[in-house]
Amino acid sequence: MDMPAPNPALLARKDDLIARLSDVLPPDAIIHDAEETLAYECDALTAYKCPPMLAVLPRSTQDVADVLKICHAMDVPVVPRGAGTSLAGGALPTADCVILGVARMNEVLEADYDNRVIRVQTGRTNLSVSGAVEDDGFFYAPDPSSQLACAIAGNIAMNSGGAHCLKYGVTTNNLLGVTLVTMQGEIVEIGGAHLDAAGLDLLGVICGSEGQLGIVTEATLRILHKPEGARPVLMGFDSNEVAGACVSDIIKAGVLPVAIEFMDRPCIEACENFAKAGYPMCEALLIVEVEGSDAEIDAQLALIMEIARKHDPVELREAKDGDEAARIWLGRKSAFGAMGQINDYMCLDGTIPVTELPYVLKRIGEMSEDYGLKVANVFHAGDGNMHPLILFDANKPGDLELCEAFGADILKLCVEVGGCLTGEHGVGIEKRDLMHDQYAAQDLEAQMAVKDVFDPKWLLNPAKVFPLDASEARRSMAIAAE
Amino acid sequence: MKMRPSSEAELAEMMAAANAPWHITGGGTRGIGGDGAALETGGLRGIGLYEPGALTLVAQAGTPVAEIEAALAAQNQRLAFEPTDLRDALGTSGVSTIGGVVATGASGPRRIAVGAARDFMLGVRFVDGAGTIVKNGGRVMKNVTGYDLVKLMTGAHGTLGVLTEVSLKVLPDVEMQASLRLSGLAPDQSVAAMSAALGSPFEVTGAGRTAAGDTLLRLEGFEASVRYRAGALSKKLAGFGDVTLDDTAGQDWTDLRDARAFAGGSGDLWRLSVTPSDAPAVIAAVDPETYTLDWGGGLIWAEVPAGTDLRARLSVPGHATLMRASVETYGRLGRFHPELDVLARISRELRARFDPKGILNPGLMEAAP
Repeated sequence: MDMPAPNPALLARKDDLIARLSDVLPPDAIIHDAEETLAYECDALTAYKCPPMLAVLPRSTQDVADVLKICHAMDVPVVPRGAGTSLAGGALPTADCVILGVARMNEVLEADYDNRVIRVQTGRTNLSVSGAVEDDGFFYAPDPSSQLACAIAGNIAMNSGGAHCLKYGVTTNNLLGVTLVTMQGEIVEIGGAHLDAAGLDLLGVICGSEGQLGIVTEATLRILHKPEGARPVLMGFDSNEVAGACVSDIIKAGVLPVAIEFMDRPCIEACENFAKAGYPMCEALLIVEVEGSDAEIDAQLALIMEIARKHDPVELREAKDGDEAARIWLGRKSAFGAMGQINDYMCLDGTIPVTELPYVLKRIGEMSEDYGLKVANVFHAGDGNMHPLILFDANKPGDLELCEAFGADILKLCVEVGGCLTGEHGVGIEKRDLMHDQYAAQDLEAQMAVKDVFDPKWLLNPAKVFPLDASEARRSMAIAAE
Repeated sequence: MKMRPSSEAELAEMMAAANAPWHITGGGTRGIGGDGAALETGGLRGIGLYEPGALTLVAQAGTPVAEIEAALAAQNQRLAFEPTDLRDALGTSGVSTIGGVVATGASGPRRIAVGAARDFMLGVRFVDGAGTIVKNGGRVMKNVTGYDLVKLMTGAHGTLGVLTEVSLKVLPDVEMQASLRLSGLAPDQSVAAMSAALGSPFEVTGAGRTAAGDTLLRLEGFEASVRYRAGALSKKLAGFGDVTLDDTAGQDWTDLRDARAFAGGSGDLWRLSVTPSDAPAVIAAVDPETYTLDWGGGLIWAEVPAGTDLRARLSVPGHATLMRASVETYGRLGRFHPELDVLARISRELRARFDPKGILNPGLMEAAP
């Protein structure tokens, strides 16, 4: 993955930039020592690293506006950073950029149960948003796997999902308002505790724009009362096709489970060895969770199991209580850890029409043979969001490149069958150069036109999302203007 | 003059050659558009793909909503955001199209539980004001590949491009629907009751107050579950007064969705989006002749004497859209709530990028001069 070469003219401005930033930020909020900036050299896509020129850690929206004004005036690119958990390289710096981290902005500003909203600073972690309201029976629904660590700022930038979004939607469906700071340093309020923002749906386009349109410093999020209870059923099948058909039948039956998780044999084996959850050894395993009162859960699970039985499951295990539920989830929740024990892995995120599941899994199996790299599949089956984990050895020369080529082929397959490159992780740098496979030139042009309006100099996270060749003329504008 | 392209390519050619404003219209039921020659999308018609097992439907923008709803009903599915049909309220006629629904973001009472039209949009194809054909999103449930222009186009009232195809998430229909009815609650008590219900675990899919003053709370799902939740919720709301269970409130919900209480009225009709708990104060300040509440109080439909500047009485966060008024009043007050400086600039520049010739419903979403 190429990144643009650093601009020497910008590197030469480092001392001047530090001096100007020192006028608006205290010393401990400006990190410029070469060793300390190493802490910001990568996000969770650790194969790519590059320390930034410097990092700033503002404490308020006004701080962010002050920093952006200075960077804008000096034409310095800014890479926003939440908690640095992006799997797509969304927070990867360039050597000539300023990392703007919102980690110190983590306050709850208001929890409003009458209107079912919470207003937070966006450096707050996903799980601690729910944590702030759980004693009163409420929660914030989007639940990415990294929810213990990831920040709301990053969730908004990437429009993060999670296991429970089949029922509750992803970030964009739960975001009601933001305070946005533009690259020019203007502070803008969009939406709020009312359900519809006025005018064009700018909130909709800001969410998922990967930090390229502005920096979101505060957010109004929808909170919901917790369900009375939730319990899963585990089912094993002797082929991916049958499991896929079962998913489709459950959806058609009118039950809306809160989650339908899918694991294939390589994943089941790895999880079983790692977590000893007592999973059956079979080709495909589904975990289907429903919510409600005890009686409502019983009724829904009975219906789901009736559907499953028509597909001759090799195992059908209903959780009768919390302990049994926890055991069913144990393996799934440790899937990534289990794979990490075996090897280095790359986690993909393509989404496909649910009906294409069997074909895509079969093709991935064939490609795995061709490339000589193992793949385990664990994903959100209800909405077709796949997570193939390709195993490789980072210490073996050429293995990472081989793995990336394999990954690209899987993503192209997803697009081919009517799906997309990324369902919840974002494009970042990881899928940037595959955007040509998803979109024609005029489709990318329309998206870049939006960035032109919000950030005319293309200073915010400029080398992400769009293929470098497509964005080059725009990215070089600021530099050429010198 | 009236143009009615029969294909996306034809529309694109027409747009590339155009140098005068278009009044873009689906079925003409929502009374939007502007000066200029009519550009009808009704020639772009048909359901291209419907996969009930994947909860996905793709249709040409000019497809009548009724045609889509019939196809869904045959598979026991539905458009969960309950598109509004405003013909009676606005005194319009014609056939509502899916493109018109999406362009106006027309969403009904279930918005409070499952989301608005924007939340069910998976993909779009459109022709921008220069005649370029653009696609965004796709037909899968989760998609963060590039910017979400799907949401930007939803509710843009045709000012950024003419929709040619939309891809939608659909949901299973329900076995049963029932409502709790509380009569005679004043607005503050009504909103408090709705807040209590929406803040419960009982999955209320509608919370509104009719023009006649009944507070309604809708529950949907499998029958046993609906009965159970109706019982539990009735107990929770007992402090607000008598709660009756009504299995036949379907018409009330349709009336509320479609603003039927305002049909034939001579006053101006406004649609306000506010924080639900602000609704009682807004009602007091606006002092409407007739009003309904939806979305737990967050959506107010209000009829006021013709020519009244209702926005001048709105002193809380939110916005007010003028839905029915004389040409003179539209011209003086503008349909849409004026935006603050920076947002107004961003919106204006976006329109200029997507519609460089200024021919797509020009002026419709701008503030009054």
